[in-house]
Amino acid sequence: MKAYYFGTCVIDACFPHAGLAGIELLQREGVQVIFPQEQSCCGQPAYNSGFPDEARKVARHQIKTFAKDYPIVVPSGSCAGMLKHQYPHLFTGQPEEEEVQRFSSRIYELSEFLIKVLNVRLEDRGEPIKVTWHSSCHALREMAIIPYAKALLRQLERVELVELQNERECCGFGGTFSVKQPAISAAMVNDKVSDIVQTGAARVLSTDCGCLLNIAGAIGYRGLKIPAQHLAEFILERTHG
Amino acid sequence: MAKPADVVTFEHNVAKALEDGQLRRNLRSAMTTMSQRRRTLFADTEAFEQLRTLGQSIRRRALSQLPELLEQLEQRCTANGIQVHWAETTAEANAIVLDILRRHGATRAIKGKSMVSEEMHLNHFLEEQGIEALETDLGEYIIQLDGETPSHIIVPAIHKNKDQIAHLFHEQIPDAPYTEVVEELNAIARQELRGKFQAGEVGISGVNFAVAETGTLCLVENEGNGRMCTTAPPVHIALMGLEKVVEKLQDVPPLLRLLTGSATGQPITTYFNMITSPRRSGELDGPHEVHLVILDNGRSGIYADPERRATLQCIRCGACLNHCPIYTRLGGHAYGHVYPGPIGSILTPQLEGLDEAGVMATASTFCGACEEVCPVKIPFTEILRMLRNEAYAREESEHEVQGHGYRYTTVEALSWKSWALYNTRPALARIGAQVLGKFGQHLPMIGPLKEWTRVRTPPPFAPKTLHELAQQRGLDDDR
Amino acid sequence: MMTANARENILSRLRAIPTHGRYTVPKAPVIAGLVLSREERIDRLRQMLEVMHAEVRVVTAREWLGELKELLRTRALNGLLYAPATPLGAALEAAWEEGLPPLVPYVEPVEQCRESLFAIDAGITSARGAIAETGALILWPSVAEPRLMSLTPGLHIAVLEAETIFNTFAEAIDRQGWLEQGMPTNALLISGPSKTADIELTLTFGVHGPKELVVFILQ
Repeated sequence: MKAYYFGTCVIDACFPHAGLAGIELLQREGVQVIFPQEQSCCGQPAYNSGFPDEARKVARHQIKTFAKDYPIVVPSGSCAGMLKHQYPHLFTGQPEEEEVQRFSSRIYELSEFLIKVLNVRLEDRGEPIKVTWHSSCHALREMAIIPYAKALLRQLERVELVELQNERECCGFGGTFSVKQPAISAAMVNDKVSDIVQTGAARVLSTDCGCLLNIAGAIGYRGLKIPAQHLAEFILERTHG
Repeated sequence: MAKPADVVTFEHNVAKALEDGQLRRNLRSAMTTMSQRRRTLFADTEAFEQLRTLGQSIRRRALSQLPELLEQLEQRCTANGIQVHWAETTAEANAIVLDILRRHGATRAIKGKSMVSEEMHLNHFLEEQGIEALETDLGEYIIQLDGETPSHIIVPAIHKNKDQIAHLFHEQIPDAPYTEVVEELNAIARQELRGKFQAGEVGISGVNFAVAETGTLCLVENEGNGRMCTTAPPVHIALMGLEKVVEKLQDVPPLLRLLTGSATGQPITTYFNMITSPRRSGELDGPHEVHLVILDNGRSGIYADPERRATLQCIRCGACLNHCPIYTRLGGHAYGHVYPGPIGSILTPQLEGLDEAGVMATASTFCGACEEVCPVKIPFTEILRMLRNEAYAREESEHEVQGHGYRYTTVEALSWKSWALYNTRPALARIGAQVLGKFGQHLPMIGPLKEWTRVRTPPPFAPKTLHELAQQRGLDDDR
Repeated sequence: MMTANARENILSRLRAIPTHGRYTVPKAPVIAGLVLSREERIDRLRQMLEVMHAEVRVVTAREWLGELKELLRTRALNGLLYAPATPLGAALEAAWEEGLPPLVPYVEPVEQCRESLFAIDAGITSARGAIAETGALILWPSVAEPRLMSLTPGLHIAVLEAETIFNTFAEAIDRQGWLEQGMPTNALLISGPSKTADIELTLTFGVHGPKELVVFILQ
């Protein structure tokens, strides 16, 4: 089968290997992954900051780029949420309304696609490791894909998951919030990092690179050595041997 | 360019709140407890989802007939002997209350908890007129002693711990010993207020639900002070926002369940009062006069917009506050307005104007925790986004919020235009990616990057983007 | 009237907005209410009340007065406020004995007996019914049985017939015909002695309303 891959702008600029890992996981299951070069950002930054017209311009561009009737796999709960749930709002009453409904119906978050569509089976080839999990807000609530992400983790037999005390609490990224309300954001990310530290985990995992950018940044600033990794990259590492 | 006043004030409040370690500990502990209790009561998530859809339906049904139901409420209440007054502004509402108090020569009013009275700044107004407004709800009583305003809709003194209250009572209440034992602190309050209930000249309360079908005012409470204020004095004044009306008596059981469960994790409060008239002929107690003041204060403006209208579905349970990661870190006072947390953030800019409180709508990551627990399914994220759009919009729109466009700056507008250009011209994006790849690590730490790097290492811009790596692997080819 | 203008302004503003057709009301899900057997309802009511620190005694109609008297004999109460013009009141009068706290009738307007109302230790009222699901008594104060009886005394005793325990609040409203009969001045649901958690969320009992609630459920 063929599937589009929407890389997301955060992954593109800062975590391309996480993006590649997602692609490889799909290819391993026999999917022919298509990455249109014209793609860019889902538009969420402008959409959430009070600039819907600019968001719409960028959204139209993505809709045009992913024109064929293939599923679109997205390695991010927040971008998937934007493409799937917010685009219909953004285009209500606009000429593209119906086209957008069709586009949005083809969106899958990566873990969701791996489990629901591909029924993937993983074999853990790594050494025993303790990890902890951060439930990114949109992955959790808007896309409701955390059960799929955790199902993937559970398939890795030598991976022990230690839960955060406040797993479902926002890490404080919120896109432009992190720079528009920096003091509150700083308090939130530091609480999240302290929570991670108290689990004694060797890594923190998530489905969203926006959160990981935020959390990894704070971990690094505090001089701690706890990698914050995208689930896809972690899975690839564990299953490649 | 100077930052707007509301933004500057909020920044200052935030800094102060975040520095206060004791406050943060108190809040964290309280929010965790409240959310756990709620979760325990609503453990059956499927059942809860059904119940909240019912709650949403009831509130929207009422709002879809708002003027008709308000008229019916007035008609029924009046037929029952309750005197109904209307106030467009808080100034009018205060004047109505004062007029009633003066007519009865009252020098003191005893008050049950009412957020609408906070909105009116009623206590301050009455004190200026030489009338004592005594709070009788324990949490409100505590903060009144300390000259503060409530920091939470349901638990007004949640930011205070035992020893702070112990000191307060010992210093402010005559003959009160110093004790940190909670039962003893309650006993001090009970004793202190009992005489006031007995002597009460006028009682003032809020209204949780006003039933149009029967002209009944419903009030929840645990302490008994609400009953004291509405039964013992000869006059009772009930204050309500106009959105509090519900259509039918049978709408009350599910809303009550949602309210008490969401607020404190209780299946029901100690008392649920359903007041339909003043003292009837032959009855031995109860007020001779009952007044209902229906307040607008900008709610009809919110009503005008069919999407923002959902703000008025609120039943004031406080669950959104209890689950908000921002409220948990700031507490209510930092928001600087009567209603804090998520409900405050959507309500206040719409009541007071964006220029006055628009910054509240930016104090959110859109995490959605509030929406997840709201018993009447208010779409917080959607409304917050609309308020942000309003804050920056240039063109006029139908049903504008006051202060429309107040945050617009040419600089920001241009940045977003450039961002849109960049993200719709793949050639531009390729160049940009190369620049970031080469020079990303050496970007000057100004503006957003400066804020980011106060507590984080800079973003790790990769030498090759995913676009480049994907192209190298031939993935754009759709064969 | 002073607020007539405000009324017209507010209502006309609201009416001017095209609500119908532009405001979706989601379909209300039909939620099956709790359905318990008579025995289960008594148990559930008792459990819920006890969790909220009420004392519950399930007794036969014949034995209840004896139990009440026993209870009162163990307490040093300055009086028991009661409503003479009710069947409950008549039953109490008939059964009263030496060595019990005096029965104090509430027969004058509050303006004449405020002091004693606020000073009396105990009050006894009937309950019109109860709700098993949430553990609440339904009080329906009236000319004969005024509102303050269940509020000012430190001890409130409520007497309830077991057949009047309903599954849910909705059922009570329906089966007792609250709409058809009309609402009283102040209908009340009471689920325990007064309480608060305003200080550090620590739950404590006995604030401004009664400190104790004793419920007699008569079979």
